[in-house]
Amino acid sequence: MNNIQIHLISKEKGKKTMETKFYEKDKLLVFKIAEEIDDCSVQKIRRRADYEIERFMPKRVVFDFDRVTFMDSAGIGLIIGRYKFTNMLGGKLEVTNLTPSVQKIFEMSGILKLIPVTDLSGNVEEDGITYGSR
Amino acid sequence: MKEMVDNEMKLEFLSKSSNEAFARITVAAFASQLDPTIEELADIKTAVSEAVTNCIIHAYEHKMGIVKVSAQLKGKEINIQISDNGKGIENVDMAKEPLYTTKPNLERSGMGFTIMESFMDSVEVESIVGLGTKISMSKTIKEPDEEKENEEFEFLTKE
Repeated sequence: MNNIQIHLISKEKGKKTMETKFYEKDKLLVFKIAEEIDDCSVQKIRRRADYEIERFMPKRVVFDFDRVTFMDSAGIGLIIGRYKFTNMLGGKLEVTNLTPSVQKIFEMSGILKLIPVTDLSGNVEEDGITYGSR
Repeated sequence: MKEMVDNEMKLEFLSKSSNEAFARITVAAFASQLDPTIEELADIKTAVSEAVTNCIIHAYEHKMGIVKVSAQLKGKEINIQISDNGKGIENVDMAKEPLYTTKPNLERSGMGFTIMESFMDSVEVESIVGLGTKISMSKTIKEPDEEKENEEFEFLTKE
């Protein structure tokens, strides 16, 4: 398969905090955050995400919130910031698997008018890759 | 004379961002005595997180200071106070405006007060420049909807 996948797992004190996957053929970069998003954690998520976006120059960047158990307004800043950065480098940003509490905060901020919510499972499975299954 | 409450708690901690999770989880654990829904608990956690973050980022600007959190339960209502001895807010009305932030370079969204106000029933801000800020918030936990509970029960017994 020419759809090379790069799979990185960020850990902190042995606990998984973020999964990064890059699908070469689709130029798709997926960040699956697996921790609470607040002012404390957002700084390192931002650093890791910007580094990978710059490295892979993806066409699509998707933030997956499936494993996010808590998010406050720091998450809005994070997504707006990555949206601008991705756009600047010629890519598009999307979000997926919004949990009810994440959805509520994004709706309140109005950023869902700007950033599309996608269902990744369908798209990626077409290419013979099972996304996120474990 | 002090108003009668059913239960009360007080916390004091250093203005470190790693304490944001500590503060919201502690208040949520205390609030859980009122038997809130998952959504109500998430609302309280988020509002506390916003207020404590404000103390750490704005009031003390990452210098060390003490953040105080207290909460009381009365009937089905929780009252929460979050205070600091930081620099204070010059214009509270402006600070409450959605999207207003003094720190756009830190990717702050300016949604902190908006979130507190929409997730809690009431939010009051007292601030004196140079002395500090105190946020008082309250939320009444709704009585569980009996009809809904019955529906759930029926659903379960169909299996």
